[in-house]
Amino acid sequence: MRPVSYSRVADVGTAIGTVTADPESTFLAGGTTQIDLLRIYVEQPARLVDINDLPLNGIEELPDGGLRLGGLARMSDVAAHPAVRERYPVVSEALLLGASPQLRNMATVAGNLMQRVRCSYFRDTEAPCNKRAPGTGCGALDGVNRGHAVLGTSDRCIATHPSDLAVALVALDAVVRTEGPAGPRSIPIDDFFLLPDRTPEREHPLTHGELVTSIDLPALPVAARSRYVKIRDRESYEFALVAVAAAMSVVAGRIAEIRLALGGVATKPWRARAAEQVLDGAPATADSYRRAAEVELEPAVSHGMNEFKIELARRTIVRALTELAEREAAA
Amino acid sequence: MSPAIGATLNRVDGRFKVRGESRYSAEVPVTNLTHAVLVNAKIANGRITDIDTSEAERAEGVLAVLTHRNLGRVATVPRLLPSLAGLAAPGQTFFPLQDENVHYAGQPIAVVVADTIERADHAGTLIRVAYEPAPATTLLDQGRDRAYVPERIFGGLLPGQASRGDVEKALAEADVRVEASYRFAPNHHNPIEPGASTAVWEDADRLTIYDSTQGPSAVQFTVAELLGLPPISIRVVSHAVGGSFGSKAMVWHHPALAALAARHVGRPVRLVLTREQMFTSCGHREEQEQRITIGARADGRITALRHHKISLTSPFDDWAEPSLQSASVAYTSPNYEGVYHLVRGNTITPTFMRAPGEASGMFALECAMDELAERIGVDPLDLRMRNYSETDPESDHPWSSSGLRECYERAAELFGWHERDPRPRSRREGQWLIGTGLASALYPVTQPVNPQRARARIYNDGTAVVEAGVSEFGTGVFTAMTQVAADALGLPVERVRFVGGSSDLPNITAAVGSAGTSAVGSAVHLAACQLRDELIRRAVADDHSPLRGADPARVEVRDGKMVLCDRPDVGETYADLLHRTMTPDVEVLGTWNPPPQDAGYGVHTFGAQMAEVAVDADLGVVRVRRMVGVFAPGRVLNRKTAHSQLMGGMLWGLGQALMEATRMDPRLGRWANASLADYLVPVNADAPDVVVDTVEVRDDVVNPIGIKGVGEIGVVGAAAAIANAVHHATGRRQYELPITLEKLL
Amino acid sequence: MKSYQATRTAPAPDSAVVRGPGEVEVRLRVNGEVRRMFVEPRVSLLDALRDRLDLHGTKKGCNQGACGACTVWVDRRRVLACLTLAISCENREVTTIEGLSEGDTLHPMQQAFLDADAFQCGYCTPGQIMSAVALLDEGHAGDDDEIREWMSGNLCRCAAYPHIRSAIRRVRDEQEAGRAAR
Repeated sequence: MRPVSYSRVADVGTAIGTVTADPESTFLAGGTTQIDLLRIYVEQPARLVDINDLPLNGIEELPDGGLRLGGLARMSDVAAHPAVRERYPVVSEALLLGASPQLRNMATVAGNLMQRVRCSYFRDTEAPCNKRAPGTGCGALDGVNRGHAVLGTSDRCIATHPSDLAVALVALDAVVRTEGPAGPRSIPIDDFFLLPDRTPEREHPLTHGELVTSIDLPALPVAARSRYVKIRDRESYEFALVAVAAAMSVVAGRIAEIRLALGGVATKPWRARAAEQVLDGAPATADSYRRAAEVELEPAVSHGMNEFKIELARRTIVRALTELAEREAAA
Repeated sequence: MSPAIGATLNRVDGRFKVRGESRYSAEVPVTNLTHAVLVNAKIANGRITDIDTSEAERAEGVLAVLTHRNLGRVATVPRLLPSLAGLAAPGQTFFPLQDENVHYAGQPIAVVVADTIERADHAGTLIRVAYEPAPATTLLDQGRDRAYVPERIFGGLLPGQASRGDVEKALAEADVRVEASYRFAPNHHNPIEPGASTAVWEDADRLTIYDSTQGPSAVQFTVAELLGLPPISIRVVSHAVGGSFGSKAMVWHHPALAALAARHVGRPVRLVLTREQMFTSCGHREEQEQRITIGARADGRITALRHHKISLTSPFDDWAEPSLQSASVAYTSPNYEGVYHLVRGNTITPTFMRAPGEASGMFALECAMDELAERIGVDPLDLRMRNYSETDPESDHPWSSSGLRECYERAAELFGWHERDPRPRSRREGQWLIGTGLASALYPVTQPVNPQRARARIYNDGTAVVEAGVSEFGTGVFTAMTQVAADALGLPVERVRFVGGSSDLPNITAAVGSAGTSAVGSAVHLAACQLRDELIRRAVADDHSPLRGADPARVEVRDGKMVLCDRPDVGETYADLLHRTMTPDVEVLGTWNPPPQDAGYGVHTFGAQMAEVAVDADLGVVRVRRMVGVFAPGRVLNRKTAHSQLMGGMLWGLGQALMEATRMDPRLGRWANASLADYLVPVNADAPDVVVDTVEVRDDVVNPIGIKGVGEIGVVGAAAAIANAVHHATGRRQYELPITLEKLL
Repeated sequence: MKSYQATRTAPAPDSAVVRGPGEVEVRLRVNGEVRRMFVEPRVSLLDALRDRLDLHGTKKGCNQGACGACTVWVDRRRVLACLTLAISCENREVTTIEGLSEGDTLHPMQQAFLDADAFQCGYCTPGQIMSAVALLDEGHAGDDDEIREWMSGNLCRCAAYPHIRSAIRRVRDEQEAGRAAR
């Protein structure tokens, strides 16, 4: 880690003002991504502004029946919160299937959205990587890319977005609220994550000094019937090969409401809108699920080692929806 | 007093470990300490055309930046020799920072020393290196056309090929032939404690190295040769070692580099490998492919076995892990051919990794055996029994001990093997396809080449200390040695202390090849017996002893008291004798001269592995639901620690089977997943409950205490049992490790 | 109910105290004792404990949050010391393995690990024990499946996992029996 100075701030205004004023500074929250990337010289800020004392760790009811997750709320606290568990089980499950208990005690939900990719070429400062060093090429394109994305890729970057939480949030149309030098903003979660396209170094629309203050979960009855399915090589403490966040309600054998998002397969948390369109109003059967999965993965592009993800994603969609339907039938 | 051997004594060092008080090599307090980091080559082949260290040297806290330009030449580069030999044991016939050439990515090209680890690490990134790269070979497939058959492998210990009978003829005449190729991803040991050396020069010719090693003496001898110093100048201390699995069996570059750096800056230097460096600094299990052909009669009797292996080695050494050895003697087979093929590549020399060779070779054989059983419609267990060999098929000598049949019987009983429906895909529970599989485990009993020594001393209060230069890296050897010494001396374990972990102690070879406990145990046993006999001799010769004039052969020791065998009321304690004769202590040196490897017996350890898996029918995910392993490791010194090692080995087999793989990017010539987040090892959730049992077989051939070792055999066959279970569950044979889910979609 | 109208928080000027990048005085409360040291802000809690305070019971296995060997408690929650800066722990309570037992008496979890042979080389053990004790406090030891999942942040390369589970079960059952008896 290069030498770095440290400031600790106690209010949001000072936090924003301090980072805005110093282009070489950055926020430090849970640190689980930040300290890791500093240590391997992928990120090299000169100053860390510790925001852990800011009053942004609450979980609060919203007047419209939604729930506000403070940006600094820890993954473990959000996962364990009764309102989250009851009304948004997909969020709780996604959190609990991510990282490890220790990391979940450290990492914040805002930091979880801001985490960087796990691509080994991104993490190796001597390897080509357009995200870390624009213009150097993408090492993963023809490299060791078993874990890489098949959706939303470009010829500049195929790194998978690593967050589980974000996949659940994208399915639920959460809203990211920020404070920044230009005032507060509310950003629909799907707009919060940018496709790599020609500029993989740009991952989100935030400006320097802009701080995620909360994540708002909308009032959404169907979210109570949701789940998160994560497939990986070992049973725990690993990023997803494929993940599916789904919420579904079935009325008289037909799908009345459906929300579906994919993780582990795309360069951003992937809202499966094409699949949702197929499923909306369709019979709640394996045939429908399979058809929807086919449509969603239609544009998928593999890069060699990750070809299996396309079929695995299809099957995982079918699995998640089948289990949701069974669960609802049983209830 | 019941014997300590065989009991389930808690680890004698356990109290320190659960309190975090054991001092591992990077934790020994040293005054005036400095920190060194290695800087590694980023290319896999070529040369350094320029290396600019000026910015690094100017960085705060930096004491020195050493490269090939200023490190100085080492006295000699010793040749690779397995540490079991008890001599210098470098991991490869190469030492870095001697010239501008780069032979593999990760080769050290600079050492930075600074006052703190943070400053040393950062300064390392300030070194500017210009390379002239050359084409590199980092994958087996890049060099197949250049493969050669080495004269000898494994540091010269084994021939590059072997045969008996006429394998071609036998294969042509066989009723059934099974032929298959198996591919193995490279594997890395990844002990949780990285390699670490702390070098302290007390004087120009007195060096102490605190090193994380399986063999303090091996480090002493190797560094002595590299530095051109006599062994008396170097003391190597290793109080506690945080796992090794072969990564610390040979002596790699970091202890000598730490010593050279410490000499250069005139202060003690601590050099700890980073996790990433653990992938390029201490060897690995090489990428390999094995082709196996079994010829058999219609009843399953094997008539021929052909087993070839091709693997990647370094530019320096003809290294292949000996995958063919145990497989060649597992079953009766009059006709045999085994050949190693090597491809030179740009890699560090591969090395021992837990069950080196057996883990891969027995995987190939035992999967092929499963295929043969299916082909001829015989139960896989029955097929093993039909081919059980009463003698070593290689030499036709009798086994020193076996127990394989008993292992299978016991395992089948514990597992419920006989209730199995042999048809693939015959069991399903919801989404899960359930399958079971088995495999044999074999591991050779390897003898140290040179005499093994231990010292035993008894004090006049009747407590004893026993010493030998072994290190404790999780095997439980300090505990087992306490038990061995206690029994031989007739003392309760609380009155015996075992001291190891230093090259100043009586010489013991590096604890490798599952031979560590037998080597040191034999020496400890002999030392303690000699000491006991010496005290009895003194007692019967002492006019004031109640035992005066007794026949020493008729005296035994119970709970520290020497008594007549037939009159236990007559006798005296060690303490009484020593006090009366005004003797502070008595000490002896025990020496065990190991038998030659070929002493007229086949010497192997045997076992049986069974596993049950569940495979997600749609998603390909494999979960191991239970494992049973029964082994016949001769005498078991401590059931608790021995069973722990066997269990750990079996779970290593699970990792090998399902997830462990280091992935090479051939364009960069570097590993693409050199971290514990990306090189997957099993976590708690992956590990099922494991049933371990041991069948005790008496073995008077291998060593005076009849033990054959438990460190590695637990791994052998475990992956094959899992792969065979996957086939049973799904009907799909597995020819490549690890069995990741895409192979089952 | 609070108002959730977006209220603009005006950015304040950069008024925060800047410490470092050179060595600064850091005070940590570790195992109930205040410890002073001069370290650069980039120094991790892990390196501060091991290299500056000689509390080497906390282990360095990967230094990147992938092994759990450095598990300690900060404010009674289990976290990874390698991804925590020492300077960020001022005003927090740090507990390490050295703070677990009282005098010569082992913590019940330490004793259970010893009796169950829940370790071999011992290097991951302090982290496992700090996790295991926290696991019970969190209430995540209901059954074996739960223990497996909630102990999966601590790698044990010797693979003592089944024994780690039995040690935890024992302490859980003792605690439950103790509560029932009261």
